Amino acid sequence: MSKRTDSNLYTLLFATGMVIVVGSLLAFLASSLKPTIDENKRIEKQQNILYAMGVNENDESSAIFVSKDKVAGEFSKYITKQIVIQGGKTTEDENAYLIDVKKQQTAEKEGKERKLPLFIGEKDGKTFYIAPIRGKGLWDAVWAYVGMDENMVIQGAYFDHKGETAGLGANIKLRFFMDDFIGENLKNDGNFKGIAISKSNNDPKNIDKTDNEVDAIAGATITGDGVSAMIKSELRKYVPYFKTLKTN
Amino acid sequence: MGLLSKKDAALITDPFADNNPITIQVLGICSALAITAELKASIVMAVSVLFVMGVGNVVISLMRNIIPSKIRIIAQLIVVATLVIIVDLVLKAVAYDLSKTLGAFIGLIITNCIIMGRFEAFALANGPWRSFLDGIGNAVGYGVILILVGFFRELLGSGTLLGFKVLGDPIEKTGLYALGYENNGFMLLAPMALIVVGIIIWIQRSRNEALIEEN
Repeated sequence: MSKRTDSNLYTLLFATGMVIVVGSLLAFLASSLKPTIDENKRIEKQQNILYAMGVNENDESSAIFVSKDKVAGEFSKYITKQIVIQGGKTTEDENAYLIDVKKQQTAEKEGKERKLPLFIGEKDGKTFYIAPIRGKGLWDAVWAYVGMDENMVIQGAYFDHKGETAGLGANIKLRFFMDDFIGENLKNDGNFKGIAISKSNNDPKNIDKTDNEVDAIAGATITGDGVSAMIKSELRKYVPYFKTLKTN
Repeated sequence: MGLLSKKDAALITDPFADNNPITIQVLGICSALAITAELKASIVMAVSVLFVMGVGNVVISLMRNIIPSKIRIIAQLIVVATLVIIVDLVLKAVAYDLSKTLGAFIGLIITNCIIMGRFEAFALANGPWRSFLDGIGNAVGYGVILILVGFFRELLGSGTLLGFKVLGDPIEKTGLYALGYENNGFMLLAPMALIVVGIIIWIQRSRNEALIEEN
């Protein structure tokens, strides 16, 4: 028995109709929600930057950002200056935090001069330099906001990822991992060395802050290697700027 | 008569035990292995699938008479993908923090073979109400196993439950760790999830004679 729905014409019409209906529904939804989503992302960036300079509402064990309604005020209070480093030149830009690191990395690959944003914050008389960096994890992108002092000693860090394995690589955004970075020196004998995510486990309590190592997460080797590589290659680009701080 | 007839009630209870999608039909194993390293992720995945499965089954059931049989699989895929994208977009706009937590899972829902399986095997041939019950039943059956596996993997692998250190601190050596207990790192890797699922299947089969196969 052949049904009406078995004919080729019907099948084609149905497919076309379905694509049009679903396509326009999704397009409408995506474009009408875009402003709200972009706003959420902007707020998140401000929260991340503040987190890396220790402005957060952390309790004993979990990482908690300053709340959404307070973030704009706190951001303008603590972040005193935003700069863009491009080809040795430094310019001020009050929207530097909106620079898309991923796009800048692509531009760099195409041989263009990359914009390096750096956010300068003041808290309790101390100056923080916060750099956004981005790299590759196991499945997808990993990124971080690293707060440093003028000697490139880490004062705070916020890590995040797009799709690392839950319970393993995804744990880079948990306090037990991020807090290990605080106090670690990115340099060794005055030269930039980075910080390696180490499996050798010589210092699991992370007491030695000058070994350029933090303890790795078991079962997340590739994510850890990605984080090490990201810190090494991305923060190195900021070394010339930190040198100018010394001569002034 | 109660809210559900006996036949309808069976749609909910069957997948829970005797016809469980994971342990009996062995569907949806990919996500059961991939995301059960911690309990929270298991719960989130279970709830997301519950939603997509309930709504998806109803949508497919309503469309069952107009979907051409030649392209029914594609039509089903589009329905799942659309639902998942809508959920993703709305969450990003309304509950951004939650969408960050869900992150990778949202995409994984599309590939869950239980969903396609129920569309194909049930919703295409049954009315919306019964399809809804079938969707919920299967999603719950799937979720229970996911949460069970997540519970054991997080407890034995990390010594925590939902992030709380229930067995003490492994670095400070408190609680059980003071007695020389160590976390089993292997529990965090996918092979151990397969073994845990296997143990659950074994227990279930040995307790239920109807499931024991004759050789």
